[in-house]
Amino acid sequence: MNAVVEEHHDHDHKPTGLGRWLFSTNHKDIGTMYLWFSFTMFFIGGALALVIRAELFQPGLQIVEPEFFNQLTTLHGLIMVFGVIMPAFVGLANWQLPMMIGAPDMALPRMNNWSFWLLPGAFGLLLASLVMSLMGMGSAPNFGWTFYAPLSTTYGPDSTDYFIFSVHLMGISSVMGAINVIATIMNLRAPGMTYMKMPIFVWTWFITAYLLIAVMPVLAGVVTMMLTDRNFGTSFFDAAGGGDPVMFQHVFWFFGHPEVYIMILPAFGIISSIVPTFSRKPLFGYSSMVYATASIAFLSFIVWAHHMFTTGMPVAGELFFMYATMLIAIPTGVKVFNWISTMWRGALTFETPMLFAIAFIFLFTMGGFTGLMLCIVPADFQYHDTYFVVAHFHYVLVTGAAFSIMAAVYFWLPKWTGNMYDEKLGKLHFWLTCISANVLFFPMHFVGLAGMPRRIPDYALQFAEFNQIATVGAFVFGFSQLIFLYVVIKCVKGGEKATDKVWEGAHGLEFDLPSPAPFHSYTTPPEVK
Amino acid sequence: MRAVTRPLGLACLLLASNPTLADYQLNLAPGVTTTSQNAYDIHQIVMWICVVIGIVVYGVMTYSILTHTKAKKHKPATFDDNLTVEILWTVIPILILIGMAIPATSSLLAMEDTSNSDMSIKVTGYQWKWHYDYVGEDVSFFSNMSTPMEQIKDKETKGENYLLEVDNTIVIPTGKKVRFLFTSNDVIHAWWVPAFGVKKDAIPGYINESWARVEEPGIYRGQCAELCGSNHGFMPIVVEAKSEEDYLAWLGEKKTAQAAANASGNKTWTMDELMSHGETAYNTSCAACHQAGGEGLPGAFPAIKGSAIAVGDIAKHIEIVVKGVEGTGMQAFGPQLNDADLAAIITYERNAWGNNTGDMVQPSDVKAAR
Repeated sequence: MNAVVEEHHDHDHKPTGLGRWLFSTNHKDIGTMYLWFSFTMFFIGGALALVIRAELFQPGLQIVEPEFFNQLTTLHGLIMVFGVIMPAFVGLANWQLPMMIGAPDMALPRMNNWSFWLLPGAFGLLLASLVMSLMGMGSAPNFGWTFYAPLSTTYGPDSTDYFIFSVHLMGISSVMGAINVIATIMNLRAPGMTYMKMPIFVWTWFITAYLLIAVMPVLAGVVTMMLTDRNFGTSFFDAAGGGDPVMFQHVFWFFGHPEVYIMILPAFGIISSIVPTFSRKPLFGYSSMVYATASIAFLSFIVWAHHMFTTGMPVAGELFFMYATMLIAIPTGVKVFNWISTMWRGALTFETPMLFAIAFIFLFTMGGFTGLMLCIVPADFQYHDTYFVVAHFHYVLVTGAAFSIMAAVYFWLPKWTGNMYDEKLGKLHFWLTCISANVLFFPMHFVGLAGMPRRIPDYALQFAEFNQIATVGAFVFGFSQLIFLYVVIKCVKGGEKATDKVWEGAHGLEFDLPSPAPFHSYTTPPEVK
Repeated sequence: MRAVTRPLGLACLLLASNPTLADYQLNLAPGVTTTSQNAYDIHQIVMWICVVIGIVVYGVMTYSILTHTKAKKHKPATFDDNLTVEILWTVIPILILIGMAIPATSSLLAMEDTSNSDMSIKVTGYQWKWHYDYVGEDVSFFSNMSTPMEQIKDKETKGENYLLEVDNTIVIPTGKKVRFLFTSNDVIHAWWVPAFGVKKDAIPGYINESWARVEEPGIYRGQCAELCGSNHGFMPIVVEAKSEEDYLAWLGEKKTAQAAANASGNKTWTMDELMSHGETAYNTSCAACHQAGGEGLPGAFPAIKGSAIAVGDIAKHIEIVVKGVEGTGMQAFGPQLNDADLAAIITYERNAWGNNTGDMVQPSDVKAAR
């Protein structure tokens, strides 16, 4: 009897035990699961990268065979893209969107549960193929994360079918997540919050969700064509049967390029939340930020073939894709200039989230510069498929996307847990991460320009020095993330109590809620003026 | 913290103790063709523009980080919009981009013009070697990496051209516009010689083109640039540019040698001849997958040592080597090798590594099975 009365008083109705997580329809619990899933995958994908870097420490084969090396690069790429960056952003969306728009939860909570719980299955399948490979039972996917046909179809290992099923599951998960985001933003905004009053993080996720809905089905289509090519005698990508291997690349990159922006637009949103907070000044050019994000999203659909300049497309095609790609520099530049103008004449302080945000602006811009260089077709012929490209996309994805996620975790962790994280350790984590990331990735520009192709397990002697330096950076980077793990666990367990506002310059509905935020966020919608 | 510093110190020691390796190339090389020179020029232009923009943008940002801080009691401003600067930083980048697009377009048009070539070489990618066919000259051959496995496995000192050396170099005449035609026999490869500025995908079912006119005699090295399977890192390209006279002499020699090799298929070989030629040919064409000791790679490539095929029916063994196995990595070697090579390889496989069947396969047997 007592228990019933007590339960009645508990407004959260929080289920307990394993069931709380398995059957959860709560945006915070699901967000937490997404983030821990992403964190786990980050360590797995990172471990694979460390084996790759260890093999590349010096010329010659010391640790792995070339066949296994290819499996490592493939799984590293797939895990980091689909298992780390994307789920982390979905986790952040789950935690933040309802709080930021003044809603009690996501609009479609049961679907939310299902879209998360598909992921462990998807990655279980993918990782099972690696485990089987380690046990000597055939090869894991070994064709690179871009899985070009016919290497992945006619010549793919048996585990390719695991891979295909896994990608289908990830795709369904992402599309459901995206539908949920759109439904939430369209329907659950607090009264008075018009579209042009939404926080930028909400805007960037809104646009990202449309990108996801547009391109994940394309990815599903291309893997389905692979499936029928491999198992049911079709020849979509088999030249011997009248198919076209280049069409694979067109379809893949029609998904792949918007995918790149799926992994960076939410990061823009995060940086646009953090920079004004620690500058104690409103975001500069709110509406131009929104329009720039929308322009980038639109342009992302018409630049896909810049990944394919060496496939021998007609000159007119090369020119079109070069010009279209150059245009992306404009809205991206606008964003960077806006962030800097936000900082300009502010009153800056440099807590860990701000440090990561500033590093993001510096280093993402580096990736932007190399991106601009890569779109220049005559020069791209020399850069294509070299370490220059590897350097480029690690600058945008690691020091870009991943840094923004770390910034976001430090920024909102006090709101989520009610405790402040350990600032000293956070700063230590930042400096180690930031310096080692550059030691790791910057030399890749040099070896790439000197002519080292990507995805090779062994290399000519002239590339040795910079590869050694990169490997040193990689290990420092990798082990520094254990500090991050420790800081997060320590903060979850306790620490100095956070205020409701958390940061002196914080703005937004999530900072009007108590810390930690109540289980059902806003049960009564706040009024936005 | 100790976990972090220890590997760092170790690595510094390793770096310092490695005086034999001292090549820190930082930038793209201009190369030896107009195409590579064009690529280099546009690369320099765009890179320096980026450097200048970078200095300005990072400079402003750094200034703000150092000056506009709460620690220095800077009072935050409240502005959040300024139409003039927003228009400026949209328009100026557009102008800069146009400035980049103009030279890029003109170089590209020059690079893609393969007309009026003096000769053509057809390049076919195979897992994991290149085949070159001098169109109209009756000269064609495979080019395999010649770096020995011992060097790769760190059992021998690595040579100067480690991983960038081949058994058969392609030779081109200087001063001539040489057109390359690219295709593939299996998966997508990419033929890349940085000094020429030529990188083109070799795609099954497609024929791509590119060209190079090399003025300086010399040896130029490159690699496959598109992931093509396990030995993607081991299919280098070596091109030697010679004066036209030397080139023609080389072409003549190559023709004679090829005719002799074809004639060798008509004689009857002894067991010793077959075994010794077989070992060489096996190591060139088969060892990449099945390994020099015939043990294969478990899970990827089957062993030949003690395999039912290599000690079983001869006709079946010949058929597999000549026609390949569809849907697997096993290529049809009939179109790639001559009768004598194939006979020697099959004999070798049936008698090496304890497969002592005593069987001998003659070139005539292979010819009959084709």
